[in-house]
Amino acid sequence: MRKPKKLLNDPNNVRQEVMQGLIYAYNGKLTAIEDYCAVYGNHIITDQVVVVSGGGSGHEPTFAGFIGHGGIDGCALGEVFTSPSPDQIIAVTKAIEKGKGVLFLYGNYSGDGMNFDISAEILAEDNIISKTIRATDDIASAPLAKLSDRRGVAGIMLLYKIAGAAAQIEKYDLDKLYQVVSKANANVRTIGVALDGCALPQSTNFNFELADDEIEIGIGIHGEAGLRRQTMTSSDDVVKQMIDHLCDDLPFVAGDRVCVLINNLGALSNTELMIITRKVGIELKARKIDSHDIVVGHFCTSLEMSGFSITLMKLDDELQHLYDLPCQTLGWRK
Amino acid sequence: MNLLQVRKMMLFTAEQMVASEPTLTALDQVVGDGDHGIGMKRGFSAINQLLQDEKFQPNDIGDLFKQIGTKLMTSMGGASGAIFGTLFRAGGKSLSGVTDFNSPVLAKWLNEGWQAVYQRGNAKPGDKTMVDALAAAVTTANQLTTLPLADALPKIADSAMQGAEKTKQMIAVFGRAKNLGDRTIGHMDPGAVSMAYILKYMNEYLQ
Repeated sequence: MRKPKKLLNDPNNVRQEVMQGLIYAYNGKLTAIEDYCAVYGNHIITDQVVVVSGGGSGHEPTFAGFIGHGGIDGCALGEVFTSPSPDQIIAVTKAIEKGKGVLFLYGNYSGDGMNFDISAEILAEDNIISKTIRATDDIASAPLAKLSDRRGVAGIMLLYKIAGAAAQIEKYDLDKLYQVVSKANANVRTIGVALDGCALPQSTNFNFELADDEIEIGIGIHGEAGLRRQTMTSSDDVVKQMIDHLCDDLPFVAGDRVCVLINNLGALSNTELMIITRKVGIELKARKIDSHDIVVGHFCTSLEMSGFSITLMKLDDELQHLYDLPCQTLGWRK
Repeated sequence: MNLLQVRKMMLFTAEQMVASEPTLTALDQVVGDGDHGIGMKRGFSAINQLLQDEKFQPNDIGDLFKQIGTKLMTSMGGASGAIFGTLFRAGGKSLSGVTDFNSPVLAKWLNEGWQAVYQRGNAKPGDKTMVDALAAAVTTANQLTTLPLADALPKIADSAMQGAEKTKQMIAVFGRAKNLGDRTIGHMDPGAVSMAYILKYMNEYLQ
């Protein structure tokens, strides 16, 4: 059986070294709180609500790579696929909060929810007010009737974009910020496909395995099981199935304006990703859905998993205005 | 047991939990994302360090448990860090001033801990979580408060393990395992096994 092959220094020191890589790559625009493995941007202005996120490592550039002007403000880095702990979240929030409150924006997972909730309770004792939005864009993770059970995946990047523009540039207060990001969350949908699994740095096994001729539709970003496994078929066929699922879910219909995020989950070739992108365009055009903007690349990865995800976010005038504002982050410049 | 003995018991438990990492990892690779054993190892390695540090001088048994909980919460992260941290922190808070660890004290720790864990994660018995082992331990502990600790703890630890075994029949509704639905049947919940192991190793030290 094939074994995972990784270029690491110390499998137990991954998040610290990721943080050090981020600090170098940000070239003076990012500050580390070393002892807590947390980072914040140097762009933060005095009269804004701060947006703080966090999550397990292993998804780079998500989550911390979206800190910056027009993006999020601070982030706590967990171990690989493990939520950060409350002391990290509290440390970064206290370092940057300006008296206007904090929006916690992270993916909807049990561990993240508990650790952010503990943090919010402790921060409230210090009179720091917070609101929480958990990204729930993964349509394969629960039926529409259980929307609040859905996991957050690549679509969180679009929520960061809306939140950053609203908080930093348009100076939304905490209530208004919460409302607009909630609206964005309600309008974003993602579905992923895997060709192959990934392995935790400490592990000698892959977290799941697929046969040579098998793919999994609806995979999560930690290898969570998807909707179904099926025999390998053409790229066009897979993309059409995914667009069908996405459009049925929200639904996205003729006349809608959407932004499109085509995300490499890790090890798929960008050649394949561009062929996928071609078909996404064909399918949306056939449905008379207007592609307002298209973003293609590695944004929310799952270590070395081979696969990709497609995200659509439906825009209204407010969301489009915020989306179109510039952002300067490591993961996305616009 | 006095404070020093409880400290030694928890040190032994921490060492054994660290050594259990491969078992817990293997369980979690089936129903979760494979990080549970690694997280428990990280947390209990930190406990190991804490308890060997001579500068760490808790006031009483409640303080010892509370600080163990805080250390688990901050070193582990993840749902497990929040849950096992809460068990020790909240359970420890209810034992403030306690200097003798006996059957009623153990029962109080488990009862208060369970209540706090429920408030944190909302898991009920039957949801295929560590609560299935914890609730089984609580039931037995409540029945045995008049027995000496050395007679009660083995039975409590056994109940916890039986509670963990029963999670094989359950469908996960929490955490990443819930996305597997029916596919989780036949496999024990790794968190329940960890809960049972903690009591098992506490008992092994005592005997």
